[in-house]
Amino acid sequence: MLTPEKIKFLEEKANEIRMSIIEMLIEAGSGHTAGPLGMADIFTLLYFHTLKHDPNKPDWPDRDRLVLSNGHICPVLYASMAHSGYFPLVELKTLRKFGTRLQGHPHREYLSYVETSSGPLGHGLSQAAGMAMADRIDHGIGSQRTIFALLSDGEHDEGITWEAVLFAGKEKLRNLIAIVDRNNIQIDGFTEDVMPLDSLAKKYESFGWHVQEVDGHNFEALDAAINMAHAVYEKPSVIIARTIPGKGVPEFERDFHWHGYDLNAKTAKEDYTKALAELRTLGGKIKSEHQ
Amino acid sequence: MLNPELKLNPKVWNDDVEQIPIRKGFGEGLLAAGIADKNVVALCADLTESTQMYMFKDTFPERFVQVGVAEQNLAALASGMAAMGKIPFISSYAMFSPGRNWEQIRTTIAYNDRPVKIAGSHAGVSVGPDGGTHQAIEDIAIMRVIPNIDIISPCDSIEAKKATLVIAKTSKPAYLRLAREKTGIITTPETPFEIAKARTFWIPESGLAHVGIIATGALLRNALFAARDLEKEGIKVQVINLATIKPLDVDAIVALAKETKAIVTVEEHQIAGAMGSAVDECLAANFPVPIEFIGVHDQFGQSGTPLELIEHYGMGISHIKAAVKKIIGRKG
Repeated sequence: MLTPEKIKFLEEKANEIRMSIIEMLIEAGSGHTAGPLGMADIFTLLYFHTLKHDPNKPDWPDRDRLVLSNGHICPVLYASMAHSGYFPLVELKTLRKFGTRLQGHPHREYLSYVETSSGPLGHGLSQAAGMAMADRIDHGIGSQRTIFALLSDGEHDEGITWEAVLFAGKEKLRNLIAIVDRNNIQIDGFTEDVMPLDSLAKKYESFGWHVQEVDGHNFEALDAAINMAHAVYEKPSVIIARTIPGKGVPEFERDFHWHGYDLNAKTAKEDYTKALAELRTLGGKIKSEHQ
Repeated sequence: MLNPELKLNPKVWNDDVEQIPIRKGFGEGLLAAGIADKNVVALCADLTESTQMYMFKDTFPERFVQVGVAEQNLAALASGMAAMGKIPFISSYAMFSPGRNWEQIRTTIAYNDRPVKIAGSHAGVSVGPDGGTHQAIEDIAIMRVIPNIDIISPCDSIEAKKATLVIAKTSKPAYLRLAREKTGIITTPETPFEIAKARTFWIPESGLAHVGIIATGALLRNALFAARDLEKEGIKVQVINLATIKPLDVDAIVALAKETKAIVTVEEHQIAGAMGSAVDECLAANFPVPIEFIGVHDQFGQSGTPLELIEHYGMGISHIKAAVKKIIGRKG
């Protein structure tokens, strides 16, 4: 359970992490913006409440594993790790620069604290399922380690994602929890225009998963969903987290009107595209990765 | 003559030489590796019988993972298992693994430096009647260009078993190239095997060799037959078994080039980008000599018997002999 004090702490921490993300992206001059800001609350909850981990012993064998599949949102991963104490905050300013440990997409060879290298979409759930499978071979269904797979919605276009969804359902990997960043956007536009995913929940359900849909910015709801996922004994769990790209930066966020915005309105697409371009360049301060 | 130091199979020349598929040696080696180390696990993509993983599966069902016809997941799952301390062996037909899942191998296994062992069965045109779709003749080339993977192409089932046991003990990713068809046994259990160590299987009765043949995989036996015929014609050759294609045994290759000043490479693969190219790159940088390449000339395979296909695509004994004679003419 999260106490009101803990929620306040998490809100403040998420704020600090968002500030770090923006600072590091501006310093780097390029990188992805929408996803990292949108996932800041989830990463804050994981690193400062949920995960069994120890920044002083990053290779502690009994730690939970966090597998970031969509590696392009790594600024939120790096910022969360730095704020947790894995490495100095000042190192965040080296993002994407020559010789940095903070590669443009995470690479274990440079930063061994990340559980896997990632970037090419679709690989994370398979690797997380492999970790969960290995853990079960060693410890049976009573395994005390949880493998968290952080996925984007767009990477559900990749066939391998569904190969992994099939596999985890078949093997009933209860120690696997997938969290999907359901922000409804991908590079070329709305996910439902580029390649419709709905109903994502029903798809997962039919593959034998326990499914929850939550507000990805509500710490209490997220925490409750993770607790429920832990309690599900016979299935892998997916938490489909509704998030707002650019969340926490009013100057961008207000342009989106994600909640309650009439997506059928005449000017919706135009407004949206404009706002997204603003967000992806942080108001013209960095180079968009998509141009 | 066969190099007496290597304790090779004296029956290698006989028509009734024991014929065993190279992939069977992998199956036996995997079982032995599993007995030796409880962290060895096996993952298969719906081809347990063909890839000979059934021996491991029957003995260690709790360490065997069936992933279905999903080679991309096969590779990435194995990477995840390796991250938790396992030594995963994955197997399918080479056309699908590493053919279909090249990028999963690159990113989740090699880039991540996870000790996953990739066994690609049914490599080469000798797959036979199944036809070109199932004959991997590009696999060495696509694995060679990925940093951080050892590539081993055993010449017979005995060598395949040894190679399987050796790669189970390394902390690196490895690609093991296997063939479907039964092939004549060249080595014995006493023949030494080490990663990155080329061995000279045939040496002239006396004096120095005129031409060096470097062969890999089951075609090594054709190279030995060619060498024996050529010796009778007064042409002295040395035949090296280059079982490890990466890392390359540079010293052995350069020494052979210095002795012979002419090299013929022999492999059941596209000529482009494969073992012959690796030898060529090595010699161009260290000791340039003329090279003839025995392999497939930028074509796809087709249905036929293994023997028909090996002959059709120019990898028979007569082709190797012709290449040796041709290169003698090219020597300066």
